[in-house]
Amino acid sequence: MRPDIVVVGAGTVGAAIAYGLAVRGERVLLLDGGDGDFRAARANFGLVWLQGKGLGMPAYQTLTRRSIGSWQGFADGLEARSDTGLCYEQNGGLAFCLGADGFEKRQGALQRLHNQWDGGEPDWEMVDRSGLERLLPKVTLGPDVTGASFGHRDGHANPLRLLAALHAAVIRLGGLIRSNASVREIVGSGTDFRLAVGDEVIVAPRIVIAAGLGTSALARQVGLDVPLRPERGQILVTERLDPFLPLPGSGLRQTADGTVMIGATNEDVGYDLSTTGDAAARLSRKAVLIVPALAGAGLVRQWAGLRVLTPDSYPIYAQSESHPGAFVAVCHSGVTLAAFHADGLAAAIAAGSLPDALSPFHQSRFDVPQAA
Amino acid sequence: MFRKLHEPGADAVTIYIDGEAVAAEAGESLAAALLRQPEAWTRTTPVSGSPRAPYCLMGVCFECLAEVDGIASVQTCLTPVKAGMRVARQQGRRVLTA
Repeated sequence: MRPDIVVVGAGTVGAAIAYGLAVRGERVLLLDGGDGDFRAARANFGLVWLQGKGLGMPAYQTLTRRSIGSWQGFADGLEARSDTGLCYEQNGGLAFCLGADGFEKRQGALQRLHNQWDGGEPDWEMVDRSGLERLLPKVTLGPDVTGASFGHRDGHANPLRLLAALHAAVIRLGGLIRSNASVREIVGSGTDFRLAVGDEVIVAPRIVIAAGLGTSALARQVGLDVPLRPERGQILVTERLDPFLPLPGSGLRQTADGTVMIGATNEDVGYDLSTTGDAAARLSRKAVLIVPALAGAGLVRQWAGLRVLTPDSYPIYAQSESHPGAFVAVCHSGVTLAAFHADGLAAAIAAGSLPDALSPFHQSRFDVPQAA
Repeated sequence: MFRKLHEPGADAVTIYIDGEAVAAEAGESLAAALLRQPEAWTRTTPVSGSPRAPYCLMGVCFECLAEVDGIASVQTCLTPVKAGMRVARQQGRRVLTA
């Protein structure tokens, strides 16, 4: 097949874009990297999350809202096209507060965000300890828990099922996925791009680079400077437990399978995927402060992933001026933004250019102004 | 189905499985003692509810989990028998208790 478009990177971001393109009738080739590549999509916590996001960047707040608003429809369509359940729930989400200070700090942060956004009534509230106990009737909270912020539109999904579903749907819609197909080089040639993969050259008129931390090196070859850095996040997961936590929290959620995920660290350690005993201890301690009974739960696994971070942590969506037809998409909230990537972003790429509404996400925001 | 090849002699102890007194040998693997019972299963899985019994006997497969002296999901194949040990077979997903 000669593809209409090649998506480089089959993680949650690339796969969502490829899925959206395939839904729109494009012949898509999705290239996945090597087994040893850094795969943030397989280390994800699984929140579909709005509260607390976007301070200093209203456009990101708007974008996240938009994606959250269409997530249910996105999930329904994807489940139907992949026969894969995503375990998506949008019953609200919690950020637990410890101590009176923690409560005030959280309230202040969300209030600042709300002031930045002039979209009307807040869709979050601070709930005190007794309010939180009503929301979580099966939980005996630790003595230091003073309450939580309750985001009405937050939710969670199974991130591994999301990834599998996107891949399955791309194939079912006539797309092609190649694994172990790292792109070594991209060369613009006339109106086409030539991608070197192994001994082979793949030719396509349009490309999307969504290769996570591998994006910078590839984007440079189509005239885009995409600054990225890794941030390690470690997560713990417990054995399966009887359902007791009906709402996901940031850093603590019970999955549909019954396991409890406890996360996550934010570590600046370069390209190091090690797990550490220190992180396991810190994460466990925090979880037990919130739900002391978790001390009796068995941990079955700990893992680490590398977040794909831009200098301001917000996504980069860009199209190349020197190489028309080349697009870049990188972010670290690939699950939350999956609905947008499959819908608005894929539609814009299919149409051939990104709309002005996405201009705040161009990487030129990191350019140093020329001195006079 | 399984039986001991020797008499425990001075190491004979009593442990309790789901409240029932059972003869065992101090220091033997708790999984071995469980396997000698008429009901050799130690737990039902949290996924399908099917009964599971000790399998690999070397700490790898995690099939032999049971509650031992109040601590749940203990690998019984890695746990030596002690006199008076209280063992409870686990049923499905555990309930967190405060």
